[in-house]
Amino acid sequence: MTDRISRAFYDIGRLEIIAGRDSFVHRLDPRAKLLVTVFFIIAVVSFDRYAVAGLVPFFLYPAAIIGLAGLPVGYLFRKLLIVSPFVICIGIFNPFLDLEIMVNLGPLAVSGGWVSFTSLILRFSLTIGAALILIATTGFPKVCMALEKLGAPRILAVQLLLLYRYLFVLIEESIRMIRAHALRSCSRRRPAFRVYTQLLGNLLLRTLDRAERIHLAMLSRAFTSEIRTVRRFTFGRAELLFTLTAAAAFLLFRTIPVAELLGGLILEISL
Amino acid sequence: MSHHIVEARDLEFTYPDRTPALQKVSFKIHHGESVAVVGANGAGKSTLLLHLNGYLTPSAGQVRIGDYPLTRETLREVRRTVGMVFHDPDDQLFMSTVFDDVAFGPLNLNLPAEEVAARVDKALATVGLSDLRERPPHRLSSGQKRRVAIASVLSMSPDILVMDEPTSGLDPRARRQLIELLAGFKHSKIIATHDLDMVVDICERTIVMHDGRIRADGPTPEIFADAELLESCRLEKPLRMQGCPVCGSAPDHRPPTIG
Repeated sequence: MTDRISRAFYDIGRLEIIAGRDSFVHRLDPRAKLLVTVFFIIAVVSFDRYAVAGLVPFFLYPAAIIGLAGLPVGYLFRKLLIVSPFVICIGIFNPFLDLEIMVNLGPLAVSGGWVSFTSLILRFSLTIGAALILIATTGFPKVCMALEKLGAPRILAVQLLLLYRYLFVLIEESIRMIRAHALRSCSRRRPAFRVYTQLLGNLLLRTLDRAERIHLAMLSRAFTSEIRTVRRFTFGRAELLFTLTAAAAFLLFRTIPVAELLGGLILEISL
Repeated sequence: MSHHIVEARDLEFTYPDRTPALQKVSFKIHHGESVAVVGANGAGKSTLLLHLNGYLTPSAGQVRIGDYPLTRETLREVRRTVGMVFHDPDDQLFMSTVFDDVAFGPLNLNLPAEEVAARVDKALATVGLSDLRERPPHRLSSGQKRRVAIASVLSMSPDILVMDEPTSGLDPRARRQLIELLAGFKHSKIIATHDLDMVVDICERTIVMHDGRIRADGPTPEIFADAELLESCRLEKPLRMQGCPVCGSAPDHRPPTIG
């Protein structure tokens, strides 16, 4: 179990290392990337439940960013797979409940349920993929700072920042505790429930102690009640261009059925 | 302020569970002095340090920093004057990048942005970590974390540095670098530690605590020459003042070379 936790832990670390690379996309102001991601998600989510063809052009965005930023596709895809069970659980009953035939692919009749299930999976891949790409090109702390600069409540941004910072400390602490337990309980593979509650309680107490020490550290550096950061972002021409191009493309994909037009075009040419 | 003194007058402190932690603790520290606070575990070192920037309020007695008594009204000024470096850098480095962490103090002092940036640059250059400014603290090694923690305090231009176990958990090389760094500082320093060899290197004066009281206060060489005192306070001579266990050569009694 410790092994699995540590592996998940180093995996977060990998995302962070990817975010620390240098590329055109990495260098963009986090606010521009955050805005584009939000536009993208809104555009994708706003399709009706049976939309499939309309969603396809949207894959151009992640593809373009992955290409420009040189992100590892396999790694991002594995991250998507980890979250996918949740979506599959939500959508899996569609094919059984919605049996009306919607599309006939030659001899194969496809029910509305299957179409909406496919649409759900596409939308899931696009939105979660876009969020992952945002983090992989920006880094979680900068996304939080961008959120704050764009008007999200400061307390929320600060909470997220501290949460992220101490996530690592907390995971390390839990790994140490579980390891200590594992080394002295040869026969059992995982802690008994009673032991488990004690481990958790202990972790909570340690966390409270640490919170107190952090507060002390803040106080000794003249902390009043507001966490301030220096603004180091510049929203320049590149950002403006990036945001406008992306927004225009999403609007285009959303309003004009690009896939159908392309399909029609190809058909016309081949005929 | 022309002379920065830390003064404790008959300091007493009892924890809420009635454990007496400090009893009649009095000392004066002068400008530029480097003082070690040594003692066994539970002797009251950390409790004493927590009084010096007003985190704990004494049950009786007084702390004076510079010309001020430490009260609720002077707390802000005192905390700027007294830079506190904690035992665990993970407690001290709570922001998400090294830059933000070092900038945290100056920003709270309401300094303009350019001044904050200049101070961060200077503090990071002092500890030799300028190239790590955008790194998240949890990606640093223990030695680097410790130095960033010191930078985060230096950026507030404190007059007095208070440190809790600055060398614990460092590898020998990182420890040596830290000692050299500290030796170069002109600040008044108060260092609570178990690393008595470091004390020999950087502190000309040593305060020995035992069971919440000050047992001895004097020049470091004299304190460490008093075997009886050390024994009764559960301490041992610094390694370099002991004979060599391998070749049996005599201990090194030369005065420490600093830098």
